[in-house]
Amino acid sequence: MKELMLGNKAVARGLYEAGVEFVSSYPGTPSTEITEEFVKFDDVYAEWAPNEKVAMESAFGASLAGRRAFCAQKHVGLNVAADPLYTMSYTGVNAGMVIVVADDAGMHSSQNEQDSRRHAIAAKVPMLEPADSAEALEFTKLAYEISETFDTPVLVKMCTRVAHSQSIVETGERKEFKKDYEKNIGKYVMMPGNAKKRHPIVEERTRKLAEYAETSPLNREETGGTWLGIITASTSYQYVKEVFGDSVSVLKLGMTNPLPENLIKNFAKKVERLVVVEELDPVIEEAVRAMGIKVEGRNLLPGIDEFSQNKIRAAFGKNFGVGESLEDAIPPRPPVMCAGCPHRGLFYTLKKLNCTVLGDIGCYTLGAVPPLAAMDMTLCMGASIGALHGFTKVNNEAAKNTVAVIGDSTFVHSGMTGLANVAYNQSKGTIIILDNSITGMTGHQQNPATGKNIKGEPAGRIDLEALCRAMGINRVRVADPYNLKEIEAAVKEELSVDEASVIISRRPCALLKEVKHKAPLKVDKDKCIGCKSCMKIGCPAISMKDKKAVVDANQCVGCGVCAGLCPKNAFSGVEG
Amino acid sequence: MMETKNIIIVGVGGQGSLLASKILGDLFLTKGYDVKVSEVHGMSQRGGSVITYVRFGDKVASPVVDEGEADFIVSFEILETARWLSYLKKDGQIVTNLQEIEPMPVITGAAVYPENLAEKIKAKGVKVDALDCLDLAKQAGSAKAVNIVLLGRLSHYFDIDEKLWEEIIEKNVPKKFLELNKKAFQLGKNA
Repeated sequence: MKELMLGNKAVARGLYEAGVEFVSSYPGTPSTEITEEFVKFDDVYAEWAPNEKVAMESAFGASLAGRRAFCAQKHVGLNVAADPLYTMSYTGVNAGMVIVVADDAGMHSSQNEQDSRRHAIAAKVPMLEPADSAEALEFTKLAYEISETFDTPVLVKMCTRVAHSQSIVETGERKEFKKDYEKNIGKYVMMPGNAKKRHPIVEERTRKLAEYAETSPLNREETGGTWLGIITASTSYQYVKEVFGDSVSVLKLGMTNPLPENLIKNFAKKVERLVVVEELDPVIEEAVRAMGIKVEGRNLLPGIDEFSQNKIRAAFGKNFGVGESLEDAIPPRPPVMCAGCPHRGLFYTLKKLNCTVLGDIGCYTLGAVPPLAAMDMTLCMGASIGALHGFTKVNNEAAKNTVAVIGDSTFVHSGMTGLANVAYNQSKGTIIILDNSITGMTGHQQNPATGKNIKGEPAGRIDLEALCRAMGINRVRVADPYNLKEIEAAVKEELSVDEASVIISRRPCALLKEVKHKAPLKVDKDKCIGCKSCMKIGCPAISMKDKKAVVDANQCVGCGVCAGLCPKNAFSGVEG
Repeated sequence: MMETKNIIIVGVGGQGSLLASKILGDLFLTKGYDVKVSEVHGMSQRGGSVITYVRFGDKVASPVVDEGEADFIVSFEILETARWLSYLKKDGQIVTNLQEIEPMPVITGAAVYPENLAEKIKAKGVKVDALDCLDLAKQAGSAKAVNIVLLGRLSHYFDIDEKLWEEIIEKNVPKKFLELNKKAFQLGKNA
């Protein structure tokens, strides 16, 4: 049956048709929907793991047990899971093991723009790159064949424009797959003596994979005009076809590691000018140049941001027109914390107290946006607590006004080990866990602190208070960020004590279905003096009209944080 | 060979552009076209400026629409219409909600929301079909139906049977909101 399908859903469909039984992932844009879509099939198992490393190790275990297994993550998630990946390359697999890594050129929802192809090369594992949903489905299935034939984990690289674009796919039937587990110490126990014997096998495998790449249907030559030959892959292929159609020759690579040297050399011989069109790092270009072939690429197109058809047109000197624009300055519209976001009251308080705020990855990174602007650092998952430890260790005074802020899901992902360091090596900062009972930014996924599994069914639940105490933090308290007085008192007190403490700022995400909203607030125009105190929290539901505050009833959820700031009690409608 | 047609749907994250693009994608697929729809999830869905691309034709390559390529801009908010104006092709058509949603820099006073945007865009010689979709959506029963009101208005520009539009909408909205959405479609169409 033909249907229009999101790239990520097509991967999930491919997993299903390939007979995959086990999927374990940690959510991360743009990879999240693969796991969310896969779990909708009957008789399969999928889960949210605490982080990407655990997810990949769990999938490896399932492969070892003889079932086709899978994990997905965004590009930076693969950094977390790099440790198991690099040695799984040595052990190989039992049943097929496929890993999706989703890059985010253009950084639509990421903290860096790294190119995951570098991981494939360094880990010495094959990498496939689909260019649309149909290929996402087909390549995923084929990846399992490659994994089992060559005894290797296989990386499938998605990118935002393939993961989050819908195009037409044709679906097939599921084929079940089962294998037995056989003990094999030399293959699966990677201690030096065994690993030394496995490394040559890895090198030989890469040689065989390169041979396979020469004739694999994954790589194809599309013969057109010979005045220009373009080597390309992934979504860049689509932009090339959009601009040039069949007027140039194209070598489309569906497998970008290892590269088919002879195929590339033969293609280069047929064309007058050879250009590689690839987003981010010049990985293919450098490899082609190392083959002794004259090639262009980075001289025409930048290694920054994603491509589009106009960028390709500009690079090749082709004309294109752009539409009208107004003389007015168009104000930017950056993302903001939602109306009723429980993080808002906390960040208002941290700004008021002039705290140094070491941040983390999640919706609360938006605490850095004006007018709150209450954030000093954001690096990677879990870094807030590690950085707080170092920051306060070298400057005892700093502990009196420096905090780490980290979400519930991020804390479980990789904040726990940072807290272990704080407790063990005795630093004195204040850690604030923003427990909104969900993984928010990626679109509401359950996690080990919510008590529900990926299907929303009851599951195990980490007791965050008990956990922090068990790790050796003596001062652990809970405060409600909707209650500005309560949260301010908690932050002030914990900053003043001469030991590490944890504040759990607890209030579920206002977008959760089970959260009941209160009636929108109203402003009494006679009472409002236009002092703009309520504007300091940066709520998108509040604006000024004719020097009086106005609440947008469509957005307001009645959280009442603004009312707590009004010196004239001009807000009404707060219940209880 | 039919030239690929390009639609961009622009608005503020959370306004319902993903449903609008899903319905358009399904509609053109049913009509037998090759279709691509490209969306952005994650960070920008939190109240930021968002753009979704819908392309259809005999054979569609790129999943995105670039500046100067859009046959239609379907906009949920008038400042966003102005922001993405350069994406409109010469002789392209705009279908826009007149609603104004202030972005944070305007709320904080760091920037000014420009006045009379619809008139200024028209003064550029651009074809603009502007209507108060929020009011019509509320008339239909929910402020959230702005997306379907817009699609109702957009339906004027396509030679596609109204029944098919309704069938596709039915496939994509929960049953309990079907009547509301049908009403929203009609209100937009007849506005």
